[in-house]
Amino acid sequence: MPDIDIATPIRPAPALPLRARLAPLLMPHRLVMAGLALTALAAIVTQMDWSWLPGYLPKIGHGLLVTLALLVSSVAAGFALALPLGAVQVTGPAPLRWLANGFCTVIRGTPLLLQLWLIYYGLGALFAQFPEIRASWLWPYLRQAWPYGFLTLTLSFAAYQGEVMRGAFAGVPRGELEAARAFGMPRLMVFRRVWFPRAVHRALPTLAGEIILQLKATPLVATITVTDLYAVITRVRQATYLTYEPLLLLIAIYLCLSGTLTLALRWLEGRVPSGR
Amino acid sequence: MIDAMDFSLLALSSPGWGGALLAGFLRSVELAAGGYLLGLVIGLLGATAKLYGGRVLRDIAEIYTLLIRAVPELVLMLLFYYVGTDLLNKLMGAMGREGIDIDGLSAGILVIGLVQGGYATEVIRGAIRAVPPGQIEAAQAFGMSPLKVLRRVTLPAMTPHALPGMANLWMIATKDTALLAVIGFSELTLVTKQAAAATREYFLFFIAAGLLYLALTLISNLGLRWLERRARRGLPAAA
Repeated sequence: MPDIDIATPIRPAPALPLRARLAPLLMPHRLVMAGLALTALAAIVTQMDWSWLPGYLPKIGHGLLVTLALLVSSVAAGFALALPLGAVQVTGPAPLRWLANGFCTVIRGTPLLLQLWLIYYGLGALFAQFPEIRASWLWPYLRQAWPYGFLTLTLSFAAYQGEVMRGAFAGVPRGELEAARAFGMPRLMVFRRVWFPRAVHRALPTLAGEIILQLKATPLVATITVTDLYAVITRVRQATYLTYEPLLLLIAIYLCLSGTLTLALRWLEGRVPSGR
Repeated sequence: MIDAMDFSLLALSSPGWGGALLAGFLRSVELAAGGYLLGLVIGLLGATAKLYGGRVLRDIAEIYTLLIRAVPELVLMLLFYYVGTDLLNKLMGAMGREGIDIDGLSAGILVIGLVQGGYATEVIRGAIRAVPPGQIEAAQAFGMSPLKVLRRVTLPAMTPHALPGMANLWMIATKDTALLAVIGFSELTLVTKQAAAATREYFLFFIAAGLLYLALTLISNLGLRWLERRARRGLPAAA
């Protein structure tokens, strides 16, 4: 495998003076388009029915929190799971390798919605059959929908990121590992000090894209009654009989979320030293 | 768990749900194939607009891909579904005809195609840019019309570069059809849920459907890999 450099972040462009930075926005056709967009926005705000919005704001805020909580927790847990999944596929014993490979193939080859429903309806029905589980302290949690949503999202993220980690582990240059061995490091120490950090480092640039994909997967949990942002908006639509207004608000919120996340992740990526 | 499963429920004829599952599966494949092809056409147009279009066209294509990539597919599908059917009904009304019910298949294909188009635009744009400009310039120097350049040089030369990305998009298309279940299309995932709810055999049906999806993915993977090898013949091994 050729040593493709995926670790070096793109060098940030030197800061331009404000006027030069604004110039592309001030081209005549862009001014016209911006004007049109503002007119459309004004029309949306004044002509459409937004009277429901103040009453639903707290619920929308709560839904937003649920979406963000699911995103952060499933990304963190999924990433933790992806590390062994990737490492095992490169260096593990054959049965473990097949298992990890099979897991990634199955999760990546079937729709997330199907997995979600399998886990929610299937596991939910299975758990309910066992009196031991119903009597245990876990039951109050297992009766809710969000643990199943969290589990599915985590497994899905782990499978996709595990595939990335497999490439990252395989792509660490041989010479670095051999150098570590030549220093007399035992194998575990090579893994801990060189192989593992280098692989994580190489996988970081693709992480941003995967996190955005995960954000876009979260609304599926609404189908198993988790009241995330999407579910709240669906309720608004059912209660107010409005087709477009809640949907437009939802799209605007997701656009802001994706934009903020992209910017934040780009900033973070720029702060990780490239080591080259 | 296995011994508790009643596999006769998967029988093709009536007490079994196998026939319904297969019909749903076919429906899913139709939706994915139609949406993929529509997305390919939109992608070609979008990439052309981004690379060769005027300023306005370029910005519009840019906004389209930005929107598609930043908003969840589920939300986009909902939006396209309502806007699409609404617009068509208004159009029909304006032409003096009765509002028609668009059949589910075309609506689903439209919705999937519009989402796929955004990603396809990016894939094809990158592929066209990977074609050495000298080849396109040579064709222009021969006096070929722009359409002929596209047909004879740009498209064949960019295909090997576009195939890995387009193969990936096909996988996404097959899985995105499942989202249509939320809007109420009776494709494989929704049929499976109905079968599972009716018989309370959740594991049996969801795993059966998962195997169908997996088979589709793995078989198309083989085909796409063969296609990729064929398209890349004569090119250096690593791009």
